[in-house]
Amino acid sequence: MLSCFAETEGACPQEFNMCLAIPGQVIDMTDPDDPIARRGTVDFKGNQVDVSLAMVPDAECGSWVLVHAGYALEQLDENEALETWQWLQQAKIVEVGDLPEPLQKLADSQAEETP
Amino acid sequence: VSELSSNDSAVSTGSMEALADEIARHAAQLSSACIMEVCGTHTVSIFRAGIRSLLPKNVRLVSGPGCPVCVTPQGYIDVACELARQGDITVCTYGDMVRVPGRGGSLARARAKGGDVHVVYSAHDAVEYAAAHPDRQVVFLAVGFETTAPATALSVLEAQSRGLKNFTALLGHKLAVPAMMALLEAGDVELDGFLSPGHVSVVIGADAYKPIVERHQRSCVVAGFEPRNMLAGIARLLELLVAKSPAVDNVYSVAVRPGGNPSAQAVLERVFEPIDTGWRAIGTIAQSGLGFREAFWPFDAQRRYGLEIDEDYHPAGCLCGDVIQGKVEPPACTLFGTSCTPARPIGPCMVSSEGTCAAWYKYGGAR
Repeated sequence: MLSCFAETEGACPQEFNMCLAIPGQVIDMTDPDDPIARRGTVDFKGNQVDVSLAMVPDAECGSWVLVHAGYALEQLDENEALETWQWLQQAKIVEVGDLPEPLQKLADSQAEETP
Repeated sequence: VSELSSNDSAVSTGSMEALADEIARHAAQLSSACIMEVCGTHTVSIFRAGIRSLLPKNVRLVSGPGCPVCVTPQGYIDVACELARQGDITVCTYGDMVRVPGRGGSLARARAKGGDVHVVYSAHDAVEYAAAHPDRQVVFLAVGFETTAPATALSVLEAQSRGLKNFTALLGHKLAVPAMMALLEAGDVELDGFLSPGHVSVVIGADAYKPIVERHQRSCVVAGFEPRNMLAGIARLLELLVAKSPAVDNVYSVAVRPGGNPSAQAVLERVFEPIDTGWRAIGTIAQSGLGFREAFWPFDAQRRYGLEIDEDYHPAGCLCGDVIQGKVEPPACTLFGTSCTPARPIGPCMVSSEGTCAAWYKYGGAR
């Protein structure tokens, strides 16, 4: 899974865009009333990732959020979120049914944790 | 329910061609213009979309110090490798840091030699790792700008509320605005304006750039990463230059509010305070980093392990420091493409996929 983890320096085939955030829709929440621990399952066009919702206190099930490194940074309007997805797919940053690299890795690591 | 203005769309109105025409019209009224894109993700998106080729010859885009890996002093890597080799410590890091060579090799090499390095994709994962491994001391490598700093703050608050004694963070966070100000104050590069980073601005807000306009009379336009949105940002910067009226503007208002995200700012404020910090090959910039407030010192890896980070060391011949300040373009470096390549990088700008050298190498540079 950790294909970025070459044993020597260099040779990383992946793009890790540290500051690129991706929109997704909250479909489930845990601890919604805890300002630090509130988390949710966010759906990214079929792929689901567990993310922190601590920075989007108004987000609820159905809300669209902009997710970066496992944390929702802001709430988005649905139309804007879908337009961003259009661009991500056109620019081939995301293939249909796939997630951008860092989010895919996050999803994979979460899948590994679940027995 | 929070609301964001949707008067200008995430995908900016107008085609690439129409925006390029608009840019050309403004540029015709200027002798020249030099715009810095601050963010590493902008650098990559600009190359990927071929935006340089759409710009008139008198409009120059230079890359700034916005790649988190590239601005981290090499001494930070050395300290992280040292920690990984200690035996009872697991170093948790974002993937990009793993391959950056320090003086004694990279974290990847430290791991190959038995060091304990664990890649995480979220600060929260480092907290979970600590919770799942109570016999290990977990040190999270907290690098990045304001996009990732709130996640570090939240991870520390989470570790605190879960009573975890085996979680600390090695702070290497950097703040965008002080660095932009320092570049202007140094005066080595004639910059006419900044294309301000999209997702940093989600956190700090467009208004955070006002001091740059007030003190240095340079425009700052916040843009997202969609090519038309970046072009719209460049067009707006040129328009402000033509009008000779420096201002802050925001063409990414679908995600960026004037005041940013107050919840993110509140966690930053609660856990951290601004400190002077060293930037790789640039040196110390006042109040450009984040240190723990006293209440959170138990989570400070530097304090717990008594670490000194050598911020001065820099590999011979590597021009990364000049590259991230927009002073030179990568081909000016004799190592670029010869001894320093993505497969065998010497400087961090070649290691990181967001690094300016890596982008030039991959996309063939120039225009």
